[in-house]
Amino acid sequence: MNLNLATLGNDLYTGRRSVPVVAQRRRFYLASLVLMTIAVLGLVTQGLNLGLEFRGGSEFRVATSGAPGAYEQVAREAARGDDESLDVNVTLVGNDTVRVQTERLSDDESQSVRADLAEAFDVPEQDVSATFIGPSWGASVSQQALRALVIFLLAVALVMTIYFRNWKMAAAALIALAHDMIITVGIYSLSGFEVSPASMIGFLTVLGYSLYDTVVVFDKVRENTNEAFANGRLTFAQAANLAVNQTMVRSINTTVIGLLPIAAVLVVGAIWLGPGVLLDLSLVLFIGILIGAYSSIFIATPLLVSLRRNDPAVLELDKRAARHQARRAKDLAAEERASASEEPVTVGGPGAPAASEGEGATITGRAVHKYAQTGPRNQPRRTPKSRR
Amino acid sequence: MSAQQQRVNARRALTALAVLILALTGLLAGAYYWSTAQLSPKLGLDLEGGTQIILEPQTTAGQSVSAEQLNQARDIIVQRVDAGGVSGAEVTTQGDRNIVVSIPEIPTQEVRDAISRSSQLQFRPVLAVTAGAPQPTPSPSGTTTGSPSPSPSASATPTTASSATPTSNSAVPGALTAATPSPSTAESPSPSADPSPTASPSAGATAPKDPTDLAWITPELTEEFQSLDCSDPAALEGLVDDPTKPLVTCEGDGSAKYILGPVAVSGDKISDATSGYRTNQQGAVTSEVEIALTLDGDGARQYADISRTMVALPEPQNQLAATLDSRVIVAPRFNEAILDGRASITGGFTIDQARALSDQLKFGALPLSFEEQTSIDISPTLGSEQLRYGLIAGLLGLVLVVVYSLIQYRVLGLVTVASILVAALLTFLAISILGWSHNYRLDMAGVTGLIVAIGFTADSFIVYFERIRDELRDGRSLAAAVETGWNRAKRTILIADGVNFLAALVLFALASSSVRGFAFTLGLTTLIDLLIVFWFTHPVVSLLARRPFFRDGHPWSGLDPRRLVTSGVPRYAGRGRFTSPAPTPAPAPAPASAGGAPASSSAARPAQTPSPLASEGGVA
Repeated sequence: MNLNLATLGNDLYTGRRSVPVVAQRRRFYLASLVLMTIAVLGLVTQGLNLGLEFRGGSEFRVATSGAPGAYEQVAREAARGDDESLDVNVTLVGNDTVRVQTERLSDDESQSVRADLAEAFDVPEQDVSATFIGPSWGASVSQQALRALVIFLLAVALVMTIYFRNWKMAAAALIALAHDMIITVGIYSLSGFEVSPASMIGFLTVLGYSLYDTVVVFDKVRENTNEAFANGRLTFAQAANLAVNQTMVRSINTTVIGLLPIAAVLVVGAIWLGPGVLLDLSLVLFIGILIGAYSSIFIATPLLVSLRRNDPAVLELDKRAARHQARRAKDLAAEERASASEEPVTVGGPGAPAASEGEGATITGRAVHKYAQTGPRNQPRRTPKSRR
Repeated sequence: MSAQQQRVNARRALTALAVLILALTGLLAGAYYWSTAQLSPKLGLDLEGGTQIILEPQTTAGQSVSAEQLNQARDIIVQRVDAGGVSGAEVTTQGDRNIVVSIPEIPTQEVRDAISRSSQLQFRPVLAVTAGAPQPTPSPSGTTTGSPSPSPSASATPTTASSATPTSNSAVPGALTAATPSPSTAESPSPSADPSPTASPSAGATAPKDPTDLAWITPELTEEFQSLDCSDPAALEGLVDDPTKPLVTCEGDGSAKYILGPVAVSGDKISDATSGYRTNQQGAVTSEVEIALTLDGDGARQYADISRTMVALPEPQNQLAATLDSRVIVAPRFNEAILDGRASITGGFTIDQARALSDQLKFGALPLSFEEQTSIDISPTLGSEQLRYGLIAGLLGLVLVVVYSLIQYRVLGLVTVASILVAALLTFLAISILGWSHNYRLDMAGVTGLIVAIGFTADSFIVYFERIRDELRDGRSLAAAVETGWNRAKRTILIADGVNFLAALVLFALASSSVRGFAFTLGLTTLIDLLIVFWFTHPVVSLLARRPFFRDGHPWSGLDPRRLVTSGVPRYAGRGRFTSPAPTPAPAPAPASAGGAPASSSAARPAQTPSPLASEGGVA
């Protein structure tokens, strides 16, 4: 894997191999559109499974030492006490914690249920935690977070516009961001995962991560396109595509490294802890970071190309690049005819001209001057010191 | 920048980092020995176990609660929690409308009720007063009702100075006078006898007419009064405060105890209370501290009535006590009837005391009750379980990251690992110190933030290493690649971390609750990440790049030029040209000085970059 990735990195960097991300952008748009439609549909039809924090209610957690098999029955009876109509929701969290959720209880009721549960499971009362959450709490927290989010997005749009000196980059990044959020939320609604304040923190992190990823890729795009504007050899789309490919290995590595600790949390959480802050958070992060990595490669940059397609500067660059590449192809063909016999091992190999027609691949089809191929200045490669 | 210079810079950066770490360690150790710091981060309630109650203040009239009032409310709750005998509780305001009470144990129902009950300021006339501790000689006074009252009143003499105030509205604090030592208890029955001759025998029989009537004092009340021990913080637990009945209570600091009549004026009639230096008739500011109290229309009328009655009464019945949460905060004596609703309390305060008192009085303008929004009990067992698994998960994640980066970057991966470890050390120190200095507590959201940060931190190195590899692919020597790669990566890392930090900043400033804790760790780790990349990773890599192992591209170094170069297309094109299709942009610092830069890369750049025309000309 290592060798493959390094080689792949080389090939992607030089453009010998290239993923036609920009050329194929309609496909990725379509895929994302489908995903987003499903997500929105899911959200509309299924809604979100809001956690206790948003609904309001009481929750008890009993830390038993090995829950009895009939924990559900035991807990239900203990919690109901003499009130048969009480709606009780019992789940096993991890191996030995029983979670009992009920509608909102008064303080007295809550105390008595706590005592009953402790008795029923034969644990000291301090091992039963009681939580009561007003229905407005989650709402007020998420309202605040939402306000923070809007301000953050405005600030980020401003910062990116200033840094990249182009508002379309900020726009593309934010659209990619919205894409990530919609899909992540959609997955939550479709899978029925519980939305807790912790998953809200998760959403925010995903947002940060996705933006971070996009910024890293865009920084390379900026570098490459600036250069293209300067020397006129690549069209805007080609330069952007090259940037995506050149940062591909980084993106893969970063995503893997980012996901590894989260996967660890996810596994540990799922096996031992059960529903809780850790599991909620790691779940949304895992999904979100994957989607964020995808969108920063396959959505953000193509979007940027689409957005800037009709900019005068970009149109002009495309013309220049087309002229340049046509001339290059002609030179190459002429050279090939001229020196059919002693073709050195260089770029103009058989594969390259064909590749040069594809958007990303033209770059390999670089002609090399005759002198450079044969001339005296072509010094032999020095052997490394260690081998001398 | 010469190679020598780079080496010096690298060393300097590493030294700076070492100094920083040592300084932080020293600070923590110092704080541990000479202050209250602990050597590990303070844990939040969800990890340590305990109860968190989030209260939202509610005004009876539905007004909004200002930040100032919220702070007053917090102070009041602090007093209540302390009075409940709970140790280590923390009361903080959250955002602009919530109060968070964090208690490191699971409180009893009584404490809970006490915390969230509504808070009211009331004015009650004093019927009897004595020192706070129970009297050693209850025998004579116990039998004659109403007796224990006015013993210390004789000591009210210091107030003579202030009683000379010529303005129509002045009262003098009897509260201060009441606190005189109790040896006089023995003689107390005698002076008390004369002011209240009628009251004692007939207490049970005649119905009291007004709040000042001593007939309120029943034998039961007397007994309660005598057994009350104000030095015991729990003495007033379970006190029932009925505005229409008399009340037996303590001075706020437990120095005196009172029998108070029913409420004469309720606190919400106060429209303002300010503290400051009193101005005399000539308008000159005197050195005497006063609290100016203003009552609204209704209150002014009631106050006028009660003051007219009380000013004629003997000590201590001419004192009107202000109670907050049933405790007496001040009990000034009337010098004359106050008819216009503008009272001035003077005597013996420092300006700080006066300010505190006026704040408390002002609070009366806004009787608050607290609605319990959320109450979360975490049993210590559950909390520690969460923490344990969180740490296991973090460790597991770290090991996975180490393994992956070793596979990907070979020996260079060790730099990543070392960087993450140094970052972890710095984070640990920072959080521990913040726990001491700012009472920062690490909660579950924070732990998750830290675990997530491993990914962000590692990414900076990946961006950097990949850049170095890119430069190697362009045919640079390692030393040159490290420098140019760094110059490019620096920009990317700065903007990416900048965006992250911005997110943390905005969330921290605007959000609340656990989101805020998360934002804090995110911001902290972003800063530490920057610090590490600049002061550790880059210097270490640039020093390592000079070692033969890396310089000559050992296959295990992760920076083997042969593997990076030859697998692609041939690099050398001669005549100042690359075969590399992606010439890197112009502003590359000339690496000529960096030892061993191959002719191709350093020579190529100038030839290639100047302008599209020139380079096209070259090709043609």
